[in-house]
Amino acid sequence: MRAAAAALTLPPYEAHFMIVLRNFLQAFVLLLGMASAALAGPYEEALLKFTNDSYADTDAAIGAVAASGNPLAVDVVEALRDGRLLVGSGQVFVRRASGDLINAATGQTWGNPTGELKSVRVNNRVRRAIEAALGSLTLLSPDAAKRLEAARAVFRSRDEAALPALEEAIAQEGHVPVRNALETARAAILLSKQDALHTQKLAAVETLRDRGDQEALALLSNLPSHAPLEIMAAAGKAAEGIRARLAFWQAFQNVWYGISLGSVLLLAAIGLAITFGTMGVINMAHGEMVMLGAYTTFMVQEVIRSYFPGLFGASLLIALPLAFLVAGSVGLLIERAVIRFLYGRPLETLLATWGISLILQQGVRTIFGPTNREVGTPAWMSGALDIGAISLTYNRIAIVVFAFSVFAILLLVLRYTSLGLYVRAVTQNRRMAGSMGIRTSRIDALAFGLGSGVAGIAGVALSQIDNVSPNLGQSYIIDSFMVVVFGGVGSLWGTLVGAMTLGIANKMLEPYAGAVLGKIALLIAIIVFIQRRPRGLFALKGRAVEA
Amino acid sequence: MALAAAALVSSATAQAAQAEETIKVGVLHSLSGTMAISETTLKDVMLMLVEEQNKKGGLLGKKLEAVVVDPASNWPLFAEKARELISQHKVSAVFGAWTSVSRKSVLPVFKELNSILFYPVQYEGEESERNVFYTGAAPNQQAIPAVDYLAKEEKVERWVLAGTDYVYPRTTNKILEAYLKSKGVKAEDIMISYTPFGHSDWQTIVADIKKFGSSGKKTAVVSTINGDANVPFYKELANQGVKATDIPVVAFSVGEEELAGIDTKPLVGHLAAWNYFQSVDTPENKAFIEKWKAYTKNPKRVSNDPMEAHVIGFNMWVKAVEKAGTTDPDKVIDAIVGIKVPNLTGGVSEMLPNHHITKPVLIGEIKEDGQFDTVWQTDDLVAGDAWSKHLDGSKDLVADWQTLKCGNYNTVTKKCGS
Repeated sequence: MRAAAAALTLPPYEAHFMIVLRNFLQAFVLLLGMASAALAGPYEEALLKFTNDSYADTDAAIGAVAASGNPLAVDVVEALRDGRLLVGSGQVFVRRASGDLINAATGQTWGNPTGELKSVRVNNRVRRAIEAALGSLTLLSPDAAKRLEAARAVFRSRDEAALPALEEAIAQEGHVPVRNALETARAAILLSKQDALHTQKLAAVETLRDRGDQEALALLSNLPSHAPLEIMAAAGKAAEGIRARLAFWQAFQNVWYGISLGSVLLLAAIGLAITFGTMGVINMAHGEMVMLGAYTTFMVQEVIRSYFPGLFGASLLIALPLAFLVAGSVGLLIERAVIRFLYGRPLETLLATWGISLILQQGVRTIFGPTNREVGTPAWMSGALDIGAISLTYNRIAIVVFAFSVFAILLLVLRYTSLGLYVRAVTQNRRMAGSMGIRTSRIDALAFGLGSGVAGIAGVALSQIDNVSPNLGQSYIIDSFMVVVFGGVGSLWGTLVGAMTLGIANKMLEPYAGAVLGKIALLIAIIVFIQRRPRGLFALKGRAVEA
Repeated sequence: MALAAAALVSSATAQAAQAEETIKVGVLHSLSGTMAISETTLKDVMLMLVEEQNKKGGLLGKKLEAVVVDPASNWPLFAEKARELISQHKVSAVFGAWTSVSRKSVLPVFKELNSILFYPVQYEGEESERNVFYTGAAPNQQAIPAVDYLAKEEKVERWVLAGTDYVYPRTTNKILEAYLKSKGVKAEDIMISYTPFGHSDWQTIVADIKKFGSSGKKTAVVSTINGDANVPFYKELANQGVKATDIPVVAFSVGEEELAGIDTKPLVGHLAAWNYFQSVDTPENKAFIEKWKAYTKNPKRVSNDPMEAHVIGFNMWVKAVEKAGTTDPDKVIDAIVGIKVPNLTGGVSEMLPNHHITKPVLIGEIKEDGQFDTVWQTDDLVAGDAWSKHLDGSKDLVADWQTLKCGNYNTVTKKCGS
């Protein structure tokens, strides 16, 4: 055995000799009746398949390596997954995280391999094989997260060979979620296993019914044709139950998607609710303020990436005040330089702000280039939370929470600060407010800056779900106006209700009508609504309306 | 604003032209508006190719001169700018357009003024015009081989055809649906979904795909989603945990440029079908990438498939002009058919009588660094079909501008014009 293993480390021109030698040795050892000889053969033979640069061979090699029981098997498969499995001159090496090279056949450290080393290429087929192999290899890992992953991998691969390991793992598992995952994996295997006992299969149906998700449903409704009638009936009944449960969750999911779309609309529109809603400025450059906020996030992340990589998780929080300042000061500048000369002339304001939006877009395009910029997602915003039969993604949850916080803060600012008081006063009756000593032009500028700044922080959130490109703003400007007009010009609450109504209606329609038709239907509904109630959902009452 | 800037650029080049007689090449790509994201790069490639040709001594003893205009992602403006290039600037050939609608918008202009357009983007086919050379892929050079790959290698049995709602995805999906059904895929195993341009809320559709894909049969998504909408789509896929090992997505409009704006780690293994990848390991490609990075002075600049199409198209045009000895469009159109130039993936592409070219088909998987790893490619170059063999009404049509002098000759009725 030892001789055979050592032979593998020889240079390639002796490979043929080596195989002959090994075969000879194996035959010799077998002749002596030593069964242990079989342990060395298949593992090393499988390793050699990695050198062929063929996906099919790599796939076969993974299975053989995993089945060999060699202590290095997990290392080899993990290295393959991470691109650390290298081949060169007919041999296979594992690069450890520390940078050391070890020979995959012997486990010995390898100093300077001759010739160039290439990592073994991986495609989806190989990735699936890796997942399945690691599943059965790491079922007993000391790390609970790894065990959970392994259980899920076995559930997906439904590899009958993993059954003994699975039984062993279930027997020792103390962690409840992992145990549940292991049991569903066992149920999945037993259900399709031809020679499993009747009672085992019935128990498997029960387990899957309790799991109650899409995957369980798929398993129960696709029983192999050799399944006995009784099992078929039990599975059919369980599948019925799961379908009803899923339909319930489906409705809940649509509402959630609606709220999440609604909060995106709310974020995009809430700044406009101030500039258009309370000041009456048709600000076509509003979307570009959102874009500036998104680009600020990009800049912040760039700086953090190059100088303070440890702070990346907080990058969005750091970007928030900066985005507010950047977009807010640009807004202030626009108001002072252009808009203040155009109050009361909506058509000119519209054209001027549209021109400004084009200038800003092209300016950003010149500075940052026309292509998308990558804004990373901090770890705490990646992934999804599983509730019942649906999964809520963390970034959407964060955006919903954020949108409502921005709304609440803005409401408080308008209600309880002196700036808010002045803004409301100017909105309700400009001349009267002026007579009372409020400097209306200063309030206009500040309110415009506030609206733009809020659009900027919306950009921080939107950078997480959309393109950060010069066109970012354009895609939101129409939706924003729609929300504000629908909700009622001049009312923050109207904007909230408008955004949520549009979001939920859109998401309820989409599954039935499709994305395109759903949007068209919604637009028609809004047009009809505006015809009936031109002032939107929450119309301002009183003398201000006539002004 | 953008228009004014473009006008300045073109008048500046016009002034330089008076100094000596040059051969002018029109570049008709959007430098502003929504399509600038994709088209600006192609303008840079054209400028580089022209500069390079001039270093080699120009063409027919004259220097080449690029005339750049900006149609600003505005389809009618494409026609106007094309007219300006041909009648006012007297360009010998135009390289440009990206979306199918912009190509359709300039077609009448090129016919009327009898000029030449090189169109570098993969498109839906069902077209062959005397004045247009299609250097991007026809559906049989991209979509069909990709579906074949998934069916064979990934054993896919259920298909989601997801696309943006306009002519390219609609036609491509029609062809794919007909093709899949001819291969025995049942109607209930095909889900078709269209979304508006720039769609950014993919929650429902990704959830639907997940549901459709959990029936127990292997499922894949064939995506003809256009440009900008891809980033939120892939972000949603990653967040909802749709992995390439479970439900692979093969895209026809996502290349290295588009991936540059996304964190690609969660997308590893999703696929794209093209005729060129930046990662292709050939000496030609290496040399091209080096030149490109040096020209743009940006070591991170990526290259992509439509860029290669322009390289091939430009080299073919140069060869055809040399062969014809003139830039006269009629003579060049006759001379260019049969011209062969090396492409960047190690083969030699040929201009066919139907004005499409031969190309290899490559399937690549997304890697962690935003590049593609070629996992499969055709043994030989594939000839582009102007008319799909899988659609009724188009399967009897052939295009041949050399002998038949017709773009839609019906082989059943033996008549030109369907």
